[in-house]
Amino acid sequence: MSNQIGNYSLYIALFSSFFLLFHSSYSIRNKSKSLDSKIFSALSVQTFMVLISFFSLIYAFVVSDFSNVTVYNNSHTTKPLFYKISGSWGNHEGSLLLWLLVLTIFLFIFFISSKNLSNKYRIITVLFQELIIIGFLLFILFTSNPFLNLFPIPKEGTGLNPILQDPALAIHPPILYIGYVGTSIIFSSSLAALVCGMVNKIWAQHIKKWIITSWIFLTIGILLGSIWAYYELGWGGFWFWDPVENVSLMPWFCLTALLHTIIVLEKRNIYQSWTIILSIATFSLSMGGTFLVRSGILNSIHTFANDPSRGIFILCFLFLLVLLAIFIFFIFQKKLFKNLVKPLLVSKETAIIVNNWFMMFFLSVVLIGTVYPIFLEVISGSKISIGPPFYQKLMIPFLVPFLLFMALGPKLKWIKDNLGKVNLNQIIPFILSIVISYLIVKLFGISYLFILPLFAVGFFLLFSTIKDFFSKNSSLPQKISHFAFSLFILSILFNGIFAKEFSSNMKVGDERKFINKVIKFENLKIIEKDNYKSLMASFKISDEKRSINLNPEVRVYNQPRTLTSEAAINSTIYSDNFLVFNVIKDDGYYNVRYQYKPLMMWIWFSIILLSVGGILSYLKKND
Amino acid sequence: MYGKKVKLRAFFILLIFLSTALTIFLIIKALEENVVYFKSPTEIKNLSELDSKKIRVGGMVKKSSIKTNDTEINFVITDFKNDLLVSFKGSVPNLFEEGKGVVAEGFLKDRSYLKAVKILAKHDENYMPPEVNEALKGKK
Repeated sequence: MSNQIGNYSLYIALFSSFFLLFHSSYSIRNKSKSLDSKIFSALSVQTFMVLISFFSLIYAFVVSDFSNVTVYNNSHTTKPLFYKISGSWGNHEGSLLLWLLVLTIFLFIFFISSKNLSNKYRIITVLFQELIIIGFLLFILFTSNPFLNLFPIPKEGTGLNPILQDPALAIHPPILYIGYVGTSIIFSSSLAALVCGMVNKIWAQHIKKWIITSWIFLTIGILLGSIWAYYELGWGGFWFWDPVENVSLMPWFCLTALLHTIIVLEKRNIYQSWTIILSIATFSLSMGGTFLVRSGILNSIHTFANDPSRGIFILCFLFLLVLLAIFIFFIFQKKLFKNLVKPLLVSKETAIIVNNWFMMFFLSVVLIGTVYPIFLEVISGSKISIGPPFYQKLMIPFLVPFLLFMALGPKLKWIKDNLGKVNLNQIIPFILSIVISYLIVKLFGISYLFILPLFAVGFFLLFSTIKDFFSKNSSLPQKISHFAFSLFILSILFNGIFAKEFSSNMKVGDERKFINKVIKFENLKIIEKDNYKSLMASFKISDEKRSINLNPEVRVYNQPRTLTSEAAINSTIYSDNFLVFNVIKDDGYYNVRYQYKPLMMWIWFSIILLSVGGILSYLKKND
Repeated sequence: MYGKKVKLRAFFILLIFLSTALTIFLIIKALEENVVYFKSPTEIKNLSELDSKKIRVGGMVKKSSIKTNDTEINFVITDFKNDLLVSFKGSVPNLFEEGKGVVAEGFLKDRSYLKAVKILAKHDENYMPPEVNEALKGKK
């Protein structure tokens, strides 16, 4: 029953999309002004219908209705209720339905929250957004319908990949999708603003809220994904430069650049074309990300769908959208009011252009690192992979000037500032940070080339943002976010340099020495749970001062039969002790990996603080 | 003389062009040094000369080939045509099992022995790295 409801409501939503498409183009042509109500009701119908279809999918998952193919493939009766619900978006079909849901809800919110802006602009935004919605509706209905019937009805489903049965990963897709889909509103409305010739301060003020919203959700979404990878994948790291991770980072770079540029547009009314280009690029990267992840082209741990036709559809659709956007850009670009920009003056707008340059540089590095292997395989057939050294090598040297500009930029005034003044003010923290980093490097005998300057600029950013908290000349959200970023870089540095890792094969009762610690494998017991069996080990890590107990698990899930290992993590504000073990073979040996990771909590904390900056900036009244 | 606006624009375009060129140059240089090639045991057997660079080898873990001692894990990667012995010190992912797909990253000592520094296995019981899938095509 829920299958039919879900399916038909999607068709109604498609119908209202077409209605909106024709109606809005009709009303633009006739320049009518009082058509709000019709568009409003069509939008409400559409949002409501997609909502119903989404809930009927959740319902099917909750009651384990195995007449639904998607439920059959991804659920199981013994699964806990929470994961039955999250299972509805943990698969290809359901996750696209979630995309669509966020698309329609966002458009609806956009429409009711933009009443003070011109009707033409609102209607054109609806028009572009409906184009995207139609694309997704067609995609869902014809290539990945979540409401297909299965007959005869099976008694039991095949279950959700146990690695996805995790609280962080249950909420990770919705949060990330809100970030991704938020960029669609930015895309549509910037094209609409371009067509209406209103790329100006008022528009910037209005769209800034959407940019910040997407940015916050994207940031938190990426954070959740990397926390999950940290404790679930058992590698002990938080970022692997895996293609799927990179795909979420690319729109983030673009969005961060846009976040800064829009402030310039708002305050100074310059960089109009650049803002539009960034909006288009951000959305293309979000969509391209969905395409790459969903197509199964990427060789990654997250590849779920492996049906190339799906990928091709998104690719063609994206290609058409981008083509349309570029076409519109070149036609209407002449309409933009051109303020003469004086480059290379010492000013805030120049600092923001510098920020944008770095963002685009990081973006190109990640983009090429992710896409190059795919192209090479298509062209020459040789298979390659690009690992962390590639990214580190290209990014670390550029982080030094980047952080320096990040500390100095916000202190500059708009239009024109004086360099001499800035220098004098900054000399004390600068010397202090150099001394501190020199001491750290000397004391611990670090010999990497870029560590000293990186520490120095990291500390410099930290000190100068702390100092800024006592002055009043720049905004609080900016200070918090830049401060958080300096914490982030410093924690990563400490974490990377002082992390210690030990791995060995151990039998129960074995003891190993590691630096000043003793690792003892005390015992192993088997615990039966509802949908899995758990091998729970007990390890004792002790040094001269204290000892801690760690209880990692290996879980054997019955549906589908899968082994997962649950790392045992002992977190304090100073460091994490991370231990994971694996069954190799039935010969008594267990593969044990122990890691000591300093300041791990601070990495998570600093990202949360970074988004707090975003939230404050969202709440701030326009001045 | 050209107007101020034109000059500015030319300057801007030049700046963008230069920085793009710099970016591309750096990326290509880093790519050359950090690319890891993926090979199957058969391809390794047919190599004309051994490369000292890091490579990845993909295939299946041969049945009853895993041997463990206190520090090392030894096993055989097979593509059902040729075998490659792998020795590894370190930790393995939880789907590392006999008869399952695996990717080993490391340095070739000769055409039948790899000293691995990293073992990768995928987190899906049915999942096979596309490379492995391809290497195994028609051989099973």
